[in-house]
Amino acid sequence: MSINQEFKPKIVAFCCNWCSYAGADLAGGSRLSYPADVKIIRVPCSCRVNPMFILRAFERGADGVIICGCHPGDCHYSTGNYYARRRMTLLFSMLDYLGIEKERTRVEWVSAAEGVKFSTTMNEFVSAVRELGPNRRLGDLRCKD
Amino acid sequence: MKKFLKSDLNALLDIISEKERIYLPVSEAGQTNYAIYNENSKVDLDTLKTVKSAKEVFFPQSETLYTAFMDGKKIRIAQEELEKEEFVLFGVKACDVRGIEVLDKVFLSEPVDSFYKARRDHGVIVALACGEPEESCFCKAFGIDCAEPEGDVALYDCGDYYFWDVKTEKGTALTEKCASVLSDAEEAPVKEKQEEIRKIVSLLPYMNISLDSWKGATTDEKFNSDVWEELYKPCLACGTCTFVCPTCQCYDIKDYKTKNGVQRYRCWDSCMYSDFTMMAHGNNRTSQLQRFRQRFMHKLVYFPANNDGMFSCVGCGRCVDKCPAAANIIKVIKAFEKEGNR
Amino acid sequence: MQRLIDRMKELLADGTVQRVLGWKQGDLGYNPEPHYFNSAEELDEFIYDGFCGANLSKYMIKGSELEGKTLVLLKPCDTYSFNQLIKEHRVDREKAYIIGVGCKGKLDIEKIKAQGIKGITAVKGAEISGDCDELTVETVYGEKKVAYKDAMLERCHVCKGKEHKIYDELLLDSVDTCDGDRFECVDELDSLTPEEKFNFFRKELSKCIRCNACRNVCPACSCRKCVFDSNKFDSAQKANVDPFEESMFHIIRAFHVAGRCTDCGECSRVCPQGIPLHLFNRKFIKDINEFYGEFIAGEDAETKGPLTDFTLDDIEPGERR
Repeated sequence: MSINQEFKPKIVAFCCNWCSYAGADLAGGSRLSYPADVKIIRVPCSCRVNPMFILRAFERGADGVIICGCHPGDCHYSTGNYYARRRMTLLFSMLDYLGIEKERTRVEWVSAAEGVKFSTTMNEFVSAVRELGPNRRLGDLRCKD
Repeated sequence: MKKFLKSDLNALLDIISEKERIYLPVSEAGQTNYAIYNENSKVDLDTLKTVKSAKEVFFPQSETLYTAFMDGKKIRIAQEELEKEEFVLFGVKACDVRGIEVLDKVFLSEPVDSFYKARRDHGVIVALACGEPEESCFCKAFGIDCAEPEGDVALYDCGDYYFWDVKTEKGTALTEKCASVLSDAEEAPVKEKQEEIRKIVSLLPYMNISLDSWKGATTDEKFNSDVWEELYKPCLACGTCTFVCPTCQCYDIKDYKTKNGVQRYRCWDSCMYSDFTMMAHGNNRTSQLQRFRQRFMHKLVYFPANNDGMFSCVGCGRCVDKCPAAANIIKVIKAFEKEGNR
Repeated sequence: MQRLIDRMKELLADGTVQRVLGWKQGDLGYNPEPHYFNSAEELDEFIYDGFCGANLSKYMIKGSELEGKTLVLLKPCDTYSFNQLIKEHRVDREKAYIIGVGCKGKLDIEKIKAQGIKGITAVKGAEISGDCDELTVETVYGEKKVAYKDAMLERCHVCKGKEHKIYDELLLDSVDTCDGDRFECVDELDSLTPEEKFNFFRKELSKCIRCNACRNVCPACSCRKCVFDSNKFDSAQKANVDPFEESMFHIIRAFHVAGRCTDCGECSRVCPQGIPLHLFNRKFIKDINEFYGEFIAGEDAETKGPLTDFTLDDIEPGERR
């Protein structure tokens, strides 16, 4: 799959301010690398992520969307990530049902201390999306170059 | 009068589509709508009414007007090109042809809508007489004869043949292009077919609905009636009636932020929507009653007042078929008739 | 039906209710409309037959704002929606007097027309008092027969049952019309490849004209202002400028009603382009049942919805149980 190797997927990562956003910081501080095409958007809680954000990301050219939040039980607001978990489980299952491969969407719990996990998660996710190729199903033609 | 074998329909369409686009009723996922013909199209001339009317060919549901984008540090504007290729609109029913006439009044009078005009100039209309008119049809009330449609060419479905009646110069030009499929024909079968259609029309329940009370009606008398209060209640405020209507012509202009600029487009609007004619100060119609009334007042009072008495309803009956709450123009006309007799 | 009319007149006369929310006869034999009857005389135009598919529970949002009690007629499936609306504080239980009416399956005129029947002037055999076995359709092209079952709405083939979940009194008998599994269609789609699934939905959704009928008829879509009606929304609310728009609208709408949708089937009934919109809702319902345990929205007016609730050991996104 030589073409796929050249393809650099655009990834949008919604990261919780209290955990994975700091985790990304730690990854950077520890000089752990992850692909530059992962664009991080800081959110106050994984629960803040509205399904529309995810669709919007795909519309505007994302090839994959990942949401990172605190481990269940560790939410800064005590229960936000439990609600997010249910919502995203359903939404991603729906996207899969509509033909948007489930490998393009992911939820991962990454704490502020898990710089290594952040980096490996992103590397894994990017390579999984790279295997799938560009997202052609939920993009908006008007947003193409 | 010319004719061609029904089995030659595809041959005829292929001849035309070599040089020009053809828009015609095509069945897709169980519904028939106008679409561009290609060899894989499931052409469906038997369904009486397409869901959306033929107006979308001249006045699409959405179209880009121009795009503004960043070119280095400068802002550039690219206007959308006007239609410059000839195309054929095939299989249009008499009501939809009249619908286009109504749109002409709006878009071709000053200030002329250049996008619409370019399409009108390049489009040839091949109309088709109605095979089996349905119960929701009431074109006759507006003086339309579905057995003899207007257009550049009129087609008649008679047994094994489609008869081809040339009506205008544009039609003559198209006829010449299709000469290899067409053969000369006598008029008798067409006359017979027309009689047959007219006989069915006389049996249909809505065809003879009277519009007398609306002819020259004053705004005040209809606008202030109590009847609206009862009529609007089932209305769900969806836009189905306006979007399937062959004459509804309201549109909205909006901007879309693309990757490096802005695309300005227009799209059909519906007077049933809460943000219809929204202005900076707010909205001038704040209740569903007002919005509901607007649609029918426009069709039956305001439009005729400005266009020599021409109603902007053509009796296609799509709103009758499609309204989820069975509230429609027939019910409005009948309610006022009842009110008038009281 | 006479029994029903008499009872309604009685309740109007003794002042229990101020008005009746029911269906008014149409002029084609198959197009009754939802209507508020304010007097006993008006009830002469009342009808309740196989074509009264419209779910009246959403009209009770307006009805709750009116003076006094409104008598509302609810079919078994409509009562689920009504419960859900009570749960969301959108209708006032005290303002409603509910007569639970029996149902023998509701009809879809499109299905009758799809059998090539045109020029309909009357339909016989849809009366609620009849045995609802066969319809006689009178047309200008002659009389046609259609089996009642073949003309029934899709939702009636997967009926949730004859039981009314909320009522003040019950009238008329119901018939069990269920002869299918409502999740069969979901399973079928789930077994396809992503490409096939996408093509299927692309084809269906490309018909969407954004008329919003599905949203406006939906009893779960009862927001005062819909997010899609916001003029600050960076997307077209009125037109499908790009195929993305249709997907966006329908995915988000389905998500917003997930866990609250009672599968009343109104969205699919009203769609002018015949898009099987219930396929979206059923997917969510099926997933909720599989992931978080059997849940029937609107079965009562108290239970917490699955999306406003959680457990500590819910499954992780992407997992299957």
